Amino acid sequence: MSNKQDRKSVAAAVEKGLARRKAKEKRFQRAGLAAVITALMMLAVLLISIVSTGMPAFTQTALKLDFHYDESLLPAGQTLNEETIRAMDFHGLVKKTLREKFPQVKKRKDKKALYKMVSNGTPYILRDMLMEDHALLGQIKSIWVLADDEVDSIFKGSKTIADSRLTEAQYGWVTQLVAEERVMTRFNWTFFQNGDSREPEQSGIRGAIMGSLFVIIVTLALSFPMGVAAAIYLEEFARPGRLNDLIEININNLAAVPSIVFGLLGLAVYINFMGMPRSAPLVAGLVLTLMTLPTIIIASRAALKSVPPSIREAALGMGASKMQMVFHHVLPLAMPGMLTGSIIGMAQALGETAPLLMIGMIAFIVDIPQGLLDPATVLPVQIYLWADVPEAAFRERTAAAIMVLLAFLVVMNLLAVWLRKKFEKRW
Amino acid sequence: MSSYWFGWRKAKVISGGDFQKLHSRLPYYGYMSALWSGLPALMILLLWLSFETTIVSSLVMSDLPPAYEGYSEQQKGLLLNDIKNLSEGRQTSGKKPELKILSDRYTQLKAIANMANIAVVLAIAIIGGVFASQKIKVETRARNNVEKIVKGLLIASSTIAIFTTIGIVLSVLFEAVRFFEKIPVVDFLFGLEWSPQTAIREDQVGSSGAFGIVPVLTGTLLISFIAMMVAVPIGLMSAIYLSEYAPKTFRSIAKPLLEVLAGVPTVVYGFFAALVVAPMIRDAGVTLGLDVSAESALAAGLVMGIMIIPFVSSLSDDVINAVPQAMRDGAYALGATRSETVRQVILPAALPGIVGGVLLAVSRAIGETMIVVMAAGLSANLTANPLEAVTTVTVQIVTLLVGDQEFDSAKTLAAFALGLTLFVVTLALNVLALYIVRKYREQYE
Amino acid sequence: MSTKDKATVGEDQHGIESEDTETVGKPLLAAEKSRMTCRNVFVYYGEKMAIDNISLDIGKNEVLSMIGPSGCGKSTFLRCLNRMNDTIDICRVDGDIKLDNQDIYDQKLDVVPLRARVGMVFQKPNPFPKSIYDNIAYGPRIHGMVDSKTDTDEVVETSLKRAGLWEEVKDRLDAPGTGLSGGQQQRLCIARAIAVNPEVILMDEPCSALDPIATAKIEELIDELREEFTIAIVTHSMQQAARVSQRTAYFHMGKLIEVGKTNKIFTMPSHQLTEDYITGRFG
Repeated sequence: MSNKQDRKSVAAAVEKGLARRKAKEKRFQRAGLAAVITALMMLAVLLISIVSTGMPAFTQTALKLDFHYDESLLPAGQTLNEETIRAMDFHGLVKKTLREKFPQVKKRKDKKALYKMVSNGTPYILRDMLMEDHALLGQIKSIWVLADDEVDSIFKGSKTIADSRLTEAQYGWVTQLVAEERVMTRFNWTFFQNGDSREPEQSGIRGAIMGSLFVIIVTLALSFPMGVAAAIYLEEFARPGRLNDLIEININNLAAVPSIVFGLLGLAVYINFMGMPRSAPLVAGLVLTLMTLPTIIIASRAALKSVPPSIREAALGMGASKMQMVFHHVLPLAMPGMLTGSIIGMAQALGETAPLLMIGMIAFIVDIPQGLLDPATVLPVQIYLWADVPEAAFRERTAAAIMVLLAFLVVMNLLAVWLRKKFEKRW
Repeated sequence: MSSYWFGWRKAKVISGGDFQKLHSRLPYYGYMSALWSGLPALMILLLWLSFETTIVSSLVMSDLPPAYEGYSEQQKGLLLNDIKNLSEGRQTSGKKPELKILSDRYTQLKAIANMANIAVVLAIAIIGGVFASQKIKVETRARNNVEKIVKGLLIASSTIAIFTTIGIVLSVLFEAVRFFEKIPVVDFLFGLEWSPQTAIREDQVGSSGAFGIVPVLTGTLLISFIAMMVAVPIGLMSAIYLSEYAPKTFRSIAKPLLEVLAGVPTVVYGFFAALVVAPMIRDAGVTLGLDVSAESALAAGLVMGIMIIPFVSSLSDDVINAVPQAMRDGAYALGATRSETVRQVILPAALPGIVGGVLLAVSRAIGETMIVVMAAGLSANLTANPLEAVTTVTVQIVTLLVGDQEFDSAKTLAAFALGLTLFVVTLALNVLALYIVRKYREQYE
Repeated sequence: MSTKDKATVGEDQHGIESEDTETVGKPLLAAEKSRMTCRNVFVYYGEKMAIDNISLDIGKNEVLSMIGPSGCGKSTFLRCLNRMNDTIDICRVDGDIKLDNQDIYDQKLDVVPLRARVGMVFQKPNPFPKSIYDNIAYGPRIHGMVDSKTDTDEVVETSLKRAGLWEEVKDRLDAPGTGLSGGQQQRLCIARAIAVNPEVILMDEPCSALDPIATAKIEELIDELREEFTIAIVTHSMQQAARVSQRTAYFHMGKLIEVGKTNKIFTMPSHQLTEDYITGRFG
């Protein structure tokens, strides 16, 4: 049969091409693996560069100086009270202390350099201490005060002397202090206790964290009930029709609208039209609510869909009204899924920056916000603000703030995963 | 809250202890009166709060002393800001005695408004509650009543999506139209120069500014293009590898890790681009003897690409998994290798879905803000050279609107015109992409 | 009838007792007559045993049909013959399967040329989302069997002719294969399989998704193809088995119960289970 002949040649052809095809196959597979590894490498580089930049910001250098609360600070004939303390010259005290510590410094220029060694927030710390304890007047007190950020960077090794702004003389003073064991690095509590500041060593993220917290509370309080309500209506009550289609298309499209457009909406409607205050967590929360609603609605609908119809039929069969069926039976079963979706939505909202810039959350705010209408900033915006500052010490703090933000996001996502695992039901 | 108990008690009283007589169960009567008193009051409260400031402000401004008669709208706006700041006890620029009077008036009006607000809301709540409890009789269908209201609330919630869209369109369109009154649409769409530096005083040099969107758009497209050049090959190949080749354990580790990339906030990518990638590219450029801008399009595009990788890969993964197993079997049974099956059968079959996914990714790249704000430039260069600095639509929106400007200048309005452009472009891309993906899904259902 | 317990506990007369596990009939052929030989084949899906010690030969230029109740392992067995089970992670195959005296589960043997020699047609027609022409040309192209456009044209034409589809589609070779009717699609898939000129064609219930007229055409086609190819066909329809095959194998619960000449199996089955099945008592 001619076919036999044919088959032999076929087999030969197949064999002949085999090596080439195998090689191609290998190449393709390698390319795929390379793609995955590239992506993961980028993640690694991203995280490593941020962690390595940010780590130094979690420690802080402090200097021990002996401050003499001299009676002469208090003008003669006055009693010690809040007002007189406010009037005292603590700046002078700091300068005097430094001069006495380093008596060899004589020149005006050098003295100026000397004063720059400690954080310029020191006088206020001294003042607050005296406010607390009036008995300090007349005493000498050893206090750990924050070093200036340049000294801090040198000491932590994040800068070398060559690229530091520290002069030779300043470096000498630092070494002298080190020899006297008057320098230490400690955990940077300031970073978590203070608001923003122009001085790196005094700046912290407390204000931004509080701002983020308020914003997330507003967002959650509004978007969760509305999202769930919308999902319930669309999934359980809505009859297919024009209106329903319109809502559905709208939700899908809103989920893909660039976030900055929501910021424009917030600016035009909430601030310019309704006259709400700029920079307020309330407005930010309202904007982020609109942004996260589609996410929550989509997740909640999926959760409702996964509740088997048999439960619905059982409830209706018992004579429950449709509303009772939904609220008593379907909703509790769908709740974990809805919560998971909402947490993920909140995580998105927590990391969102662009729309908040539009509504003026970008202002420099030192005070820690106390309420929904106080001017505030949020963590990602704080990161953006700091990233713009050229000082190296702020770059560290930016990365550190990013680490804090990422930690929050990781916790939220783990919570979502945990919730999903815990309540995962197989019907 | 109290009206809940009110309604509950009333129902209990009229039923005379015999609950069977009632149409609905007891709590429903409580809910009913609570809703009747709570809802209208809440609505009034919200409306009031939204308009209070506007009304009070206009009242104050109508009392302006004659000295301010000649003020323009913008100056009045600044004045109002001063008044508000003063009344909140903050520092203002230049203290004037008249302002003090006005701010006192403002504070006073605010206080009155607050009192009136509380009074009105309470009154409405009480009226509603009383009305509801009047209505409660033995045969009242409290449950149906409550359910109707709840259903109304559900519907209201679900229409928020529509109102948001309308809100976006109206707010952006409204301001954009005001912009186009100052700058002709044609100049905006086809102008080749973008320098929105209008002066604050009309007599300054170069006060007009130039508002041609072309260089801004090309910058956006250039960066998006670079991003797609990174994201599409890596994302697609990752998806193929993970769904067709990878061992189970590898897949279960690598997939969530890839998704971590999607969870990283964009501001973090921006920092990464500005801190690590841009200097790296510039250094590399210097060693190669190239002149690379510190804010090169390449840096922003690369990092944006990294951000979009998980987006492309998860969409492609969905699409590839939607290709029926039968298709794979058919190719394998003919003796095709895995890569031949993927390249010649699965990818062509999945192509529409992948195209849809890529379009969605493009729309995301165009709308991405923080990376480009932090890593791309401000000056609008009409160039296709990825090593130069370009600007994007989103960067311009941010720079035009951030900072204290009066709201009516061409500069701020231009931001809304850009916003409109952005919205229209991304919407068109999304609608198209969703349509393609849906068609694709239907094909295999 | 899908789980073992049911059968052994519930219906005594259908349960396979220990002495019955020996296959009845003639599963094995003389060496020079057989194309594929299977000895002591076991297949496991994870822990579950799907094929339990089957030995069976498939002769040259014969049509062997495999029948049995659903879940009896006939499709699983068929898929072992060109290692399609490789694509299922948890599937494990033990035993000896040889094609022309070559072990197809040999570590060194590549599945690609194997599948070029053992083609397969599936239950549901699965043309690629390409043109009719490209569907047929796909196999020859990947295997490097055609060098030029004229070669390809020739292969496409002959394959379509052999599958009896040429007259129906010759004017629209560029139309997508998915646009054909179900029966045409299935013949397209058969044409696609024979374009590679395999030695064996496996068919997994090729007509179960088709209407009677299309089925008749396919059956006619199978009969013609027997001259050049060895065909193993899994079918649900006993009539079909009777019409197209020379030998029939009856599977039950992962075991091969009886093999024999088709007319013998359908007229005088030796095993009780076979008789019960073909007389419609269960299945």
